[in-house]
Amino acid sequence: MTESAPEKRNMIRAENIRKSFGALQVLKGVSLSLAEREVVAIIGPSGSGKSTFLRCLNHLEKIDSGRIDIEGATLARTEPGGHCRYAPEPEIRRICSRMGMVFQHFNLFPHMTVLENVIAPPMTVKKRARADILPEAETLLEKVGLRDKRDAYPSQISGGQKQRLAIARALAMHPEIMLFDEPTSALDPELTGEVLRTMRQLADERMTMLVVTHEMGFAREVASRVIFMDNGEIIETNTSVEFFKNPVHKRTRAFLENML
Amino acid sequence: MDTVINNLGPLLGGAWVTLKLFFITLLLSLPLGLALALMRISRFRALGAGVNGYIWLMRGTPLMLQMFFIYFALPNLPGLPIILPDFLTAVVAFTLNYAAYFAEIFRAGIQSIDKGQYEGAKVLGYTYPQTMRHIVMPQVVKRILPPLSNETITLVKDTSLIYVLALSDLLKVVRGIVLREFSAAPFIVAAVFYLCMTFVLTVVFQRLEKRYAVYD
Repeated sequence: MTESAPEKRNMIRAENIRKSFGALQVLKGVSLSLAEREVVAIIGPSGSGKSTFLRCLNHLEKIDSGRIDIEGATLARTEPGGHCRYAPEPEIRRICSRMGMVFQHFNLFPHMTVLENVIAPPMTVKKRARADILPEAETLLEKVGLRDKRDAYPSQISGGQKQRLAIARALAMHPEIMLFDEPTSALDPELTGEVLRTMRQLADERMTMLVVTHEMGFAREVASRVIFMDNGEIIETNTSVEFFKNPVHKRTRAFLENML
Repeated sequence: MDTVINNLGPLLGGAWVTLKLFFITLLLSLPLGLALALMRISRFRALGAGVNGYIWLMRGTPLMLQMFFIYFALPNLPGLPIILPDFLTAVVAFTLNYAAYFAEIFRAGIQSIDKGQYEGAKVLGYTYPQTMRHIVMPQVVKRILPPLSNETITLVKDTSLIYVLALSDLLKVVRGIVLREFSAAPFIVAAVFYLCMTFVLTVVFQRLEKRYAVYD
C-alpha cells in the first residue's frame, strides 16, 4: 500500500440521458459523473428536469436513451440499434439498493411508528432479525434526534422530524449513495435548518450525496460541486466556490440573481 | 311466546343455516374479491377487462337470478351438466356475487393509496408483492372498513334469499311457523336475530376502526 490517495471510485456515471413525457422532452442529453464521497448539488428552476434526472438514476423513471452505471454495474444502456435496454429485474434491484433516497414529500409509512419505519425495511427486504437491527435503528434515531419519538406515528411529528426520519430510514439500508430530491421544499422555513444540519452531518461522515435543492446556502457550503440545469440540460457545472463566485453562463447568473 | 318455545328446534336449525351461509360466504368472497381487485388493476389489460366484465355481470343481475341459473340452468348444460347440492349452490352464488362487490371496494381502496408509498417502498428495495403486503394493504384495510361493514351487513340479510332453493334458513322456518300456527311472534324472533347479528358486526367494525385510527 502506498501513502498516496487511491483513485476515487466512480459511484454514478450517467451518459447522455434523454427522457420525454409524451411530446415533452424533459432531459435532453444529461451526463454526470459522481465520485466516491463527493457531495454534488443540482440546482435550477422548476421544470428544468433536475428531479426527473435524479429519479432516472434509481429507476423511478425509465430513460429513453443513454447509459447509467452505478458503481460500475450497468443499470441501463442504449444498444447500437438505438434500443435502450435495462438490466434484468433482480439486477436492477441489486443495483438500486446501493442508493438511498429522500423525497420532497417524505413518503414515510403512516401505519408504522417512527421506529418501525426504520426497522421494517431491513426486516422485509433483507430478512434480518428484529433484534439484530434494533440497536442500529436506535443509534440512527439518536443520530437524527428522534430517539424520544420512537413510538410516535409519522402524523404526530413535525415536517422537519419527518424528513429526518426519512433520512434515518434510508440509512438503515446501508446505502453507499444518498439521493435527495428537494428534501426541504415541503418544509416551513424554520424547519429546513434541522434537516440541512442532518444532511451536513452526513456529508461530514463522507457519504456520497447527490442533492436536488433550492437551498443555495446548502449548495454553497456543503456541496463540493454544483450543477446548474435549465430546460432539460446541464448549463454549467463547477466547484461550489467557483460556481457562486464566478458563474459563467448568462442563464446561471440570471438564476442566481433571482435566488439570492 | 309458546309458539316460539315449541318451535325452538327448527328455529335454531334455521339460524344455523343462515349463520353458516354468512360465514362461509364471507370467508370465501373476501380473498376472491381481493384477487379480483389485484387482477383488475394489473398491467395485463386483458385480465383487467375480463374482471371488469365479470363485475358488471355479477352486479348487473339479481343475486336470485344467479342462484336460479346455477340451480336450474347448469344441470342442463349440454355435454357438461353441473349439478350442485342446494347449500353448495347458495355458497357458490353468494361467493361469486359478493366477491364482485368486495373487488370494487378493494380496488377503490388500493387506488386511493398515494403513489409516493410505492416509490418509498421501491427505493428501499421492496418487491411489488412485499409492497402490497407490508405497505399498501395495511393502509387499504383501514380505509375500506366503512364500506366493508356496509356490505357485510347487507350480506346478513341477503342470506334470506336462499329460501328459493328450498333451503330452510331462519326466515323460511319462521314463515312456515307463521302460516301454520297463525302467530306473528316468530317474525319478531327473526327480526331480533338479524338485529343481533348486525349489532355484533357493527361493534366488531367499530373496534377495528378504532384500532386502525391510532395513526391518523
